[in-house]
Amino acid sequence: MKSLAEIPHHQLTEVTRVEGSRRFRRRLLEMGLTPGASVKVLNVAPLGDPLEIEVRQSRLSIRRSEAKQVEVRG
Amino acid sequence: MSIPSESTTDGEPATLAPAARASAGDVGGQVSSGKRNVRGSNNDVRPLVAIAGNPNAGKTTLFNALTGRRAKVGNYPGITVERRQAEIEVDGVGSVDLVDIPGTYSLVAHSADEQIALETMLGLRGAAKPDAVIFCVDATQLTRGWYLVLQAQELGLRVIVALTMMDEAGPAAPDVKALSAVAGCPVVAVHAARAIGLDDLRGEIRAALDRGEARPVWKWTASESLKRRLQTVSEVLPESWPKIDAMALWALMSIDDDDELLGISDKLRRTVSEQNDDTGAAKAIDDEVVESRYRWIDEHVAVLVTRPPDRRLTDRIDSILLHRVAGFAVFVGIMFVMFQALFAWADPAIVLIEDLFAWFGEQVSAVLPPGIFNDFITDGVIAGFGSVMVFLPQILLLFFFIGIMEDTGYLARVAYLMDRIMKSMNLHGRAFVPMLSGFACAVPAVMATRTMERRRDRLLTMLVVPLMTCSARLPVYTLIIASLFPAGHVLGIFPVQGLLMVFMYLFSTTTALGAAWVLSRVVRPLKAKRLPFVIELPPYRRPRIRDVLRMMWERSRLFLSEAGTVILGCTIILWFLLSFPRTLPAGGPDYDRLIAEAPTAEIAQTLERDKEGELLRRSYGGRLGRILEPAIEPLGFDWKIGVGLIGAFAAREVFVSTMGVVYSAGADTDETSATLRQRIREEMRADGTRLYTPLVGLSLMVFFALACQCMSTLAVVKRETQGYRWPLFMFAYMTALAWLMSFLVFQGGRLLGFA
Repeated sequence: MKSLAEIPHHQLTEVTRVEGSRRFRRRLLEMGLTPGASVKVLNVAPLGDPLEIEVRQSRLSIRRSEAKQVEVRG
Repeated sequence: MSIPSESTTDGEPATLAPAARASAGDVGGQVSSGKRNVRGSNNDVRPLVAIAGNPNAGKTTLFNALTGRRAKVGNYPGITVERRQAEIEVDGVGSVDLVDIPGTYSLVAHSADEQIALETMLGLRGAAKPDAVIFCVDATQLTRGWYLVLQAQELGLRVIVALTMMDEAGPAAPDVKALSAVAGCPVVAVHAARAIGLDDLRGEIRAALDRGEARPVWKWTASESLKRRLQTVSEVLPESWPKIDAMALWALMSIDDDDELLGISDKLRRTVSEQNDDTGAAKAIDDEVVESRYRWIDEHVAVLVTRPPDRRLTDRIDSILLHRVAGFAVFVGIMFVMFQALFAWADPAIVLIEDLFAWFGEQVSAVLPPGIFNDFITDGVIAGFGSVMVFLPQILLLFFFIGIMEDTGYLARVAYLMDRIMKSMNLHGRAFVPMLSGFACAVPAVMATRTMERRRDRLLTMLVVPLMTCSARLPVYTLIIASLFPAGHVLGIFPVQGLLMVFMYLFSTTTALGAAWVLSRVVRPLKAKRLPFVIELPPYRRPRIRDVLRMMWERSRLFLSEAGTVILGCTIILWFLLSFPRTLPAGGPDYDRLIAEAPTAEIAQTLERDKEGELLRRSYGGRLGRILEPAIEPLGFDWKIGVGLIGAFAAREVFVSTMGVVYSAGADTDETSATLRQRIREEMRADGTRLYTPLVGLSLMVFFALACQCMSTLAVVKRETQGYRWPLFMFAYMTALAWLMSFLVFQGGRLLGFA
């Protein structure tokens, strides 16, 4: 099981689980990163952090440490 | 209480008069009473409609389009969130109050600031309950935007959905009729900038007002275990809350060990923590709720969008603007332009304002009879107004840039690019623009912190921004460096004086970063909240200049009325301290006679200056300087510098002119004055040694770099935080920091033999 921080860019995949503290993960869930949602990493900021992802037609910037908490398929 | 499933019909046909309430203007300052409400029998009651939605969903544009130029901006009591309210006319109803709810992705809250959306929609905490809520949903972000709509329906609000950005959605736009049918609430496509759909929206407002009270509508069914929990929590909800399951659900999801919510009774808190007794249970609730909602959205709303929205233009622009090299270059370019604008281009306007007020002061002074009142008006009141207005060019410019960047969507990209650096200070990308602006002036920079969503982030940034070397410090540095440091070169190439300037910049920036780091760990309200720093990167949009101008005007107006009054007050107080008492010591030279008898104009001028200097030294300000002397002696300063520091409180550059007066070099000296520099070099201590050594100069610059020598900054911090607590804290910690560093530099230098 990989995390969002580890999958290659532009590969469409699915969220399987969101880890982290309760308040933390709830925010991610409410922003659309729910299990089963399609997600793709588009690119990474010039300084290596954060990542730009696409989920539910929306582009989000998410820090690497946060992306590590989002488990994705494959 | 059972939870209806898949119900889409609205409530009973019985008409409901709007609940009697105190004028909705209590919080927002609204004054005029509207026409009689067609439904109620009470003449003074006016319907209230709220506008809510995700950030970036076009809510503000819609609000502006509906209300024209009439918005009043107030504050929700006790928190820093602003409330914009205005009146609109709806055919068949009359005047309707429209209130803008801060953009949010969900009603679940963690702090009082986040709670305000829910409380406003339900009419808790003082303000009236809206009769209907318009939800702005971005048609290109339909699924995520609809999450909020579902929550509102669960709460039993009268919901009207305004679909924005339909143009950009293009062929990806959903079928509005089908959407409305499946959602069970009216949906109106709007194009605020072109005033399309606004009449339909107003029509829906009228229809909503005519409808009966809405019932809670749940689009999903809770599991048995969740239903049980909701039942238990429902029983202990506070009196003022609606006794519905949606509130129990909100409580279950929002309340936890270290939330900062208001209005939560102990009983409720206890019950909720029992229900969430292990984090597994709490997380399971979150999972169930969020997933169920999104499942409904995916199955009913997302299917109405037949193809994904076209983001090709955005993607193409981003491929440059977010590119490793090109993007960074563009970013630096844009930031440089903004910085130059604040630092240099605003200057002519600033000088113009200063000259204007000086001229005006002279005119008034000539008209009034000479004396205290004349001075009060000229040097106190008029100068005070001048020192407020002088900030307007930079404020307007900065907010122009921010407005354009925000509207186009570029500001989010700035945050994205800078996040890594800001992270090291426990801040996030959005803090970059305020911090950068701090190099020009802290006043607009503090105001710019409102681009950050979270209060804690705004506070922390506000507290460290003044440590950045603002342009007002430069005259002080120039005076000291030119007076006390040799004009030579290090290693034959680097000018000593230039290097010192660079050093001061680096020093202050490093201290700012360090201070942010320390403060975020030590001061409780500033601690990092372990919440995700997720930022949305919206599609690029054409900026709406009218909205930007309106925002600039609003910010300036608020600055003038709320911070300006404080600055004016402080200017007058300082004027008083430095001008009174106007008595010269007995036994000293009779200046007036000497001046009248002076053989040349030059001698008369010198005598004038001597007299001014003497008066200042004897003023309350002078006495205060003397009182401060023991405290600043360990830093190498004497009481005259103390007087300078007091004067500098009005504005840092006033230090120079105050020193000019103290040293009888004239009040109109500036940092280039050879006389002042000479006087400084020659100044002796009581024991005959030179007062101003390079070490003292360094110590003084360090003090200036870090001390809170700017009442205007404190005034805007007070305005933005709606209280005196944080400005006082800022003053205290910065003064302590300045003293400490100055002490280390001076005493350390002495120990090392640099006296």
